[in-house]
Amino acid sequence: MSIFIDDDTRLVVQGITGRDGSFHTRQMMEYGTRVVAGVTPGKGGQDFEGPGGERIPVFNAMDEAVAKTGANTSVVYVPPVFAADAILEATDSGISLVVAITEGVPVLDMARAHAFARDKGVRIIGPNCPGLISPGKAKVGILPAQIVAEGPIGVVSRSGTLTYEAVFQLTNVGLGQTTCVGIGGDPLIGTNFIDCLEAFEFDSDTKAVVMIGEIGGTDEQEAAVFVKERMSKPVVGFIAGQTAPPGRQMGHAGAIISGSAGTAEEKIKAFEDNGISVAQRPADIVGLIQDVLK
Amino acid sequence: MDIHEYQAKERFALSGIPVPPGKIATTADEAEEIAVSYGGAVMVKAQVHSGGRGKAGGVKYCEDAAEARLHASNILGMDIKGLTVEKVLVTPAEEIETEAYVGVLIDRESQAATFMVSPDGGMDIEEVAASTPDRIRKLPVDPRYGLLPHQALWLANFLYEEPSLIRQASSAISQLYESFVESGASMTEINPLITTPEGYIKAIDAKMSIDGNELFRRPDVADMRDLSAEPVSERKAREAGLSYVKLDGNVGCCVNGAGLAMATMDLVKYYGGEPANFLDIGGSSNPDKVVSALEIITSDPKVRVILFNIFGGITRCDDVANGIVEATKRIDIKQPIVIRLTGTNEEIGLKILQEAGFSAFASMDDVVEKAVDLAEG
Repeated sequence: MSIFIDDDTRLVVQGITGRDGSFHTRQMMEYGTRVVAGVTPGKGGQDFEGPGGERIPVFNAMDEAVAKTGANTSVVYVPPVFAADAILEATDSGISLVVAITEGVPVLDMARAHAFARDKGVRIIGPNCPGLISPGKAKVGILPAQIVAEGPIGVVSRSGTLTYEAVFQLTNVGLGQTTCVGIGGDPLIGTNFIDCLEAFEFDSDTKAVVMIGEIGGTDEQEAAVFVKERMSKPVVGFIAGQTAPPGRQMGHAGAIISGSAGTAEEKIKAFEDNGISVAQRPADIVGLIQDVLK
Repeated sequence: MDIHEYQAKERFALSGIPVPPGKIATTADEAEEIAVSYGGAVMVKAQVHSGGRGKAGGVKYCEDAAEARLHASNILGMDIKGLTVEKVLVTPAEEIETEAYVGVLIDRESQAATFMVSPDGGMDIEEVAASTPDRIRKLPVDPRYGLLPHQALWLANFLYEEPSLIRQASSAISQLYESFVESGASMTEINPLITTPEGYIKAIDAKMSIDGNELFRRPDVADMRDLSAEPVSERKAREAGLSYVKLDGNVGCCVNGAGLAMATMDLVKYYGGEPANFLDIGGSSNPDKVVSALEIITSDPKVRVILFNIFGGITRCDDVANGIVEATKRIDIKQPIVIRLTGTNEEIGLKILQEAGFSAFASMDDVVEKAVDLAEG
């Protein structure tokens, strides 16, 4: 099994005709993801050519794409100016999952989009995230497929490339993954650590979870308590940003130590206090996972 | 993006929040002139992007214009937490009866702009939250409705008992929410919101940070950026679309992705080195970005080695490899470059590097250890 996406995922790509959208649509299709539609306003009626010569219909709007193709998931590669609208449109179109890759969406736009999605019961992952992959089943987003393998580990992370780092090392020692989720580096994200941990807890194939956090906010601290109180499966953690100075935004809009809150130290302590093994460096994650699986 | 107190007060005034008059001086002469024009006692306040201005001696009460001149000459040029004071705000001194706190920030948990108010103003709100949490009232604002009138009143009720003050505060609170949204802010604060002996409220200090992602649609706010308040290297990075934070070490880091960039810095430290910077070249990088990144890193005289740690996803390894090759042709780089390159289009990228005479490491630990070695040697 896996979480959030699997063989039944029918994907519509918002922004399919852009540079990133078209490149990654082909990558997702090569991995075997069922891409059933694309949406680019003004380009409805065109076809998008897949890597094997497949013709994917492009629509002007999400409702039409969903009605004509039965899509149940969308991925957003739309530029930041239009991204929040694209997310809202997807949320209103009858699908159940919106994966927002776009970086740079104004946070107040996202506050509105998240509120709207909560009302509609739609899950948003991201924005400013690499998406997710369920090895052997489907990939939605930009994670490089060559580094994953099928197996028993769940991976959840606020970072993109740091996730690749961890996943690559797991795969190299033969530890495949059920699903790898990048939840995004923005302050307001749709799916948080606890949502993913809970899904992994209920996923019968997941035997252990890797949780990769970073400075800023308290999501990791709350997730640590959740692990202790509600999870039977072992969790291994890593926190990036031990050398980050306070008050400075470290790339991700959400990666900032505000006053004295949200430091790596505080998060590592929360992990340790709640029974999560903490890796000192990314290369230690594998060893800790092997230990907890014994 | 942080804006100065005087700019935040301009934003507040646009929404109708009562703020005292004030003018900016860049010389002691100007400060004196402004003080003369107000007559009576004034405050001279350093305008820098830093908290703790008062403790650092950057905020002074002045009986008259002569004293304003004296204090302004001391404060201008003063160093506050590494920032040089270029401007002071000169503003009439207010008689203060009470001090309250009113702030709005983006709260991650409630996923909304959230008010925090306290009748205990004039001190750090983090301290109030830690020592007397019952003295703070919080309210997340539903973005679909905005701040409703009864909610503003509920917040104001927590600050004052006098009906006239409650009415004034309630309207200032609504105006602050409007100012927050219209400015595209991620945080704003009135601390303190005072009451005067005459029974009026006034915002005598103001703070505001703008969400950088809002700037494209708010040119008037974007124009408030103070270029002199930002290191040249950070400005260049911003203009090139790179996230860069200058640090004190000698290992120049060039990484794709914020999380990996932080983890790379941490690993430099783990192996006994000190990172010179945080630098994320971002997604969809084109070779020009890599060239800019190298220019910025090498402009830091402390840098003794340049470390690339690239894990391609949306960033393609061939783009980065082309950028490295191109940059070494365009600019004269004296420091050794060590590279780790893996992920999307890895083979093409490695081939480009090989043909240009670079070798690459396979693991993050290997390349960081090598970089720390070279920086020390």
